[in-house]
Amino acid sequence: MNAEYFEQMAMPLFDQLYNFAHWLTGDRADAEDLVQETYAKALKGFRSFEEGTNLRAWMYRILRNTYITSRSGLAAHAMSSLDEDDMELVAVVGHTITPESVLLKQETQSTVLDALASLPVSFREIVLLCDIEELSYREISTVLSVPIGTVMSRISRGRRLLRQTLATKPAVRC
Amino acid sequence: MRCNQDPVTLNAYLDGALPSEQIAAAREHIGECAACAAELADFVWLQRSLRVARGHFAPSAEFRQKMQSQIAPRRRRPKMMLLISVALATVALLVIFIGGPQYWNRTDTMSEIADLHVNALASVNPLDVVSTDRHTVKPWFQGRIPFSFNVPEFAGTNFTLLGGRLAYVHQQPGAQLIVGMRQHKISVLILRESPELTRAFPLAGIVQNRSSFTVDTWHSEDLRFFVVGDTEPAEIDLLAHALRQANE
Repeated sequence: MNAEYFEQMAMPLFDQLYNFAHWLTGDRADAEDLVQETYAKALKGFRSFEEGTNLRAWMYRILRNTYITSRSGLAAHAMSSLDEDDMELVAVVGHTITPESVLLKQETQSTVLDALASLPVSFREIVLLCDIEELSYREISTVLSVPIGTVMSRISRGRRLLRQTLATKPAVRC
Repeated sequence: MRCNQDPVTLNAYLDGALPSEQIAAAREHIGECAACAAELADFVWLQRSLRVARGHFAPSAEFRQKMQSQIAPRRRRPKMMLLISVALATVALLVIFIGGPQYWNRTDTMSEIADLHVNALASVNPLDVVSTDRHTVKPWFQGRIPFSFNVPEFAGTNFTLLGGRLAYVHQQPGAQLIVGMRQHKISVLILRESPELTRAFPLAGIVQNRSSFTVDTWHSEDLRFFVVGDTEPAEIDLLAHALRQANE
């Protein structure tokens, strides 16, 4: 597998990977560094990629691993594991219909995006991969190197946390 | 009041990832449990709202150019590489002339099929008939192609019928259905079986080609089917299975 083939296969993923990187890092310059490093690593390791397997999941995996081993990624993940303690609260309120649940639907799109950006990185990345990049559970399992059962429970918790964040947020309304 | 439904099940149901034997029970529970129905409705709303996050951040033109120049292989090669390339090309030509006609026929047809799929994806007007209703799409082909076929019911699956268009392979008219699956689009080509196609594809099965498309092909009665897409082979196989069942 040569560089020309790599270019042909990997460049169509450029925009998606950049979007994902920017959502993870929250910064243009950091996102560019992350994407650049991802492509450099992928090109270097392209011989180990098995043709016919999922290149998209493979590229996302490299990007995500590069991010979590970066200084900002390590800090974000350390913060994220602390935030996971709050999930008990989310689990308790998750099955309750509240007036907030109704108000949720009045949120604007920008509020939703702000809420997404405020999620701890371990939940933000899984919501991004599932609901925005539309990767299957199997692909997400490959990207995050975790079993599918973990993917399922983390998606469930991530969505509940997002819903909870929106429901408790003071919304700007007309 | 709280219910005992595992929230993981609710999310897997939403994402179409629940094992088929659990779908009916989950659907029944959601129909009876107001709390789960409300939570599911919230998640659907959230998923739709989050779609704007797709492509929300776009790379700058400068960065794209920089990356392309870094990744693009060097076009100028030293003389030795040129000589090796010529030698390899000569060997390849010999292989083609000695043993290649059948392989060539197959590859040629496969390229034509892959091109039709790419053409549909790249076209400004990818569909001649735009509908998710199989009872609209199938009749549209009547009088336009010299055969009839069945479109499976996609409700309750991850697949969505997006529409159809006329396609020509070896100068013969056929039907091309476009089926959506998450962000992927899959082409289903249905043609009348011909001696050329039988020679090119004597066996049914999945073929992986170099353009990263997975192609599944088989024939049923006097029809030849191709399913082409960039999804995983298992998903192509699932769609092919539904088509096979509908056209048995």
